[in-house]
Amino acid sequence: MEIITSILAGVLFATAIYNMLQKQLLRIVIGTALLSHGAHILIFTMGKLKTGQPPILTDGIENYTDPLPQALILTSIVISFGVTSLLLVLAYRSTQENGTDNMEELRGNENE
Amino acid sequence: MSNLVILPIIIPMIAAIVLIFFNKSVRISRALTKLFSIISLATAGYITWYVLEHGTIILQTGDWMAPYGIVLVMDGLAAILVLTTNVISTACAFYAPYAGLEKRERFYFYPFFFFLITGVSGAFITGDLFNLFVFFEVLLMASYGLIVLGGGKVQLRESLKYLLINLFSSMLFVTTVALLYAVVGTVNMAQIAERVQEVEQQGIITTIGILLFFVFATKAALFPLYYWLPKSYIVPNPVISALFGALLTKVGIYSILRVFSLIFVYQTDLTHEMFIWIAGLSMIFGIIGALSTSNIKLIIAYNIIPAIGFILLGIGVLNESGISGSIYYLINDMIIKTALFLLVGIIAYVAGTSDLRKMGGLIHYYPSLGWLLFLSAAVLAGLPPFSGFIGKLLLLKGAFEEGEIAIVIIGLLTSLLILYSVVKIFINGFWGDKETMGTIIKKPINGLMAPVVALLTISVLLGVGAELFYPSIESIAAYLLDPEIYIDSVLKE
Repeated sequence: MEIITSILAGVLFATAIYNMLQKQLLRIVIGTALLSHGAHILIFTMGKLKTGQPPILTDGIENYTDPLPQALILTSIVISFGVTSLLLVLAYRSTQENGTDNMEELRGNENE
Repeated sequence: MSNLVILPIIIPMIAAIVLIFFNKSVRISRALTKLFSIISLATAGYITWYVLEHGTIILQTGDWMAPYGIVLVMDGLAAILVLTTNVISTACAFYAPYAGLEKRERFYFYPFFFFLITGVSGAFITGDLFNLFVFFEVLLMASYGLIVLGGGKVQLRESLKYLLINLFSSMLFVTTVALLYAVVGTVNMAQIAERVQEVEQQGIITTIGILLFFVFATKAALFPLYYWLPKSYIVPNPVISALFGALLTKVGIYSILRVFSLIFVYQTDLTHEMFIWIAGLSMIFGIIGALSTSNIKLIIAYNIIPAIGFILLGIGVLNESGISGSIYYLINDMIIKTALFLLVGIIAYVAGTSDLRKMGGLIHYYPSLGWLLFLSAAVLAGLPPFSGFIGKLLLLKGAFEEGEIAIVIIGLLTSLLILYSVVKIFINGFWGDKETMGTIIKKPINGLMAPVVALLTISVLLGVGAELFYPSIESIAAYLLDPEIYIDSVLKE
């Protein structure tokens, strides 16, 4: 199971980077969202996947689910959710102000 | 006493929350900002004194003992950096009311400002790698707010790039933490260090270390990852540029210093040898950038890159002189970069342009401004007896001890060019006929000058009074070079 989710994380990373290298702004935003999904799945996998085990460490329980990756992933999801929504608003405003969503045209030059 | 540690995080946070409610009244906001920054500065001063006198303070948050809970570690390095941060934020708080921010002050400038300080202080204090990521996000979120504030076309365009590059490196940071967790099974920095030491840093751990270096190098703007920095740092108001230039990249380099003096220190021929070359290349490319432009804000923004290079050099050589040099230079650079960003802000304000080719003869109208710029150029380039000199002397001595002659030569040449790049502002902007820019109506700049004068005074004192500060810096360097002390103070209490 870990192998499959690791490959999934890899595929998400690859798709994300492909999208981030596009010129269209919305694709880049989608790319960053996919990137964060990839990272989250990777964290999840790193704690080893188990089903039906309690996430606690007490005397007598030998087999338990690691609670730390779940805490980390939750924090990270909240943060990336916030950043993605900010990015969407910023992308929208920037497209309105600059009149383009093509990154090639958003290069900027020295004399402004 | 251990609850003291959390104050540098809590005070700015409370200030930010309080100030959200006063966004309509600029006058109250300004007064509260000054008040809170002074309280925060006083607390940071007391904590620094306490730490240097009595040793590291550890706070196990929520009484969850390390390594299970999050620890906050206030050691000497964290304490002096928190103090420097507060000095800078106080200077900026007194500069802001005169900086032409009126409209932005009503749009939550001050809350963002304090959230930024919260994030920066937190990043310095935390002893947990994942928590470091969280504080990075706190300060980045605040910086996104600040950089886009009052956004025109150019500002929106540049902040978009800034946000994207930071988002990418943050996600890579999470990935690295995940990988490191898979290998060592913990995110507590002391415990990571302990376990890495046990397995003598095998190949996979070094790989993760380099990935982590990549993340921090992006935030710190090292070669070849500095491309995003110069343009995005010059678009916002000078106060915001000053905060960014002084704090954000320095948090990145602090993280490198912390992680590569505590955790990944067993494969130095691979990692730290690479740092020395990256340091050299950052110096060369940064200074070429600074020389290539005639926009005064861009000159100062490019000057951040060689400075980061100098600090990395000390981490690369990893001996006592090198690390003390890095710490000294780090503090010096935080203060002097703030002063310089604020100074070019004033110059751009009085000249009405930031293009050097359109300036000239300002010395006839603003003599004190000109000489302050000259003084700060001397401090930045590291002319004796100023603080930049002490830092550079230690750094180059450290490199010399390791036999890295090439990098010493690069460092010395870069210093010379740094001096030239800033003095160019002085020569082109201030010398020349009184009539170069037509008749200038003198604008009142005393309110803007006061914080800069205060910062430069501290900077000069750091250099002239080096005898006084050096013993503390040296003991911090000795402490950083022995990871055992850090591990013991966190885990074995």
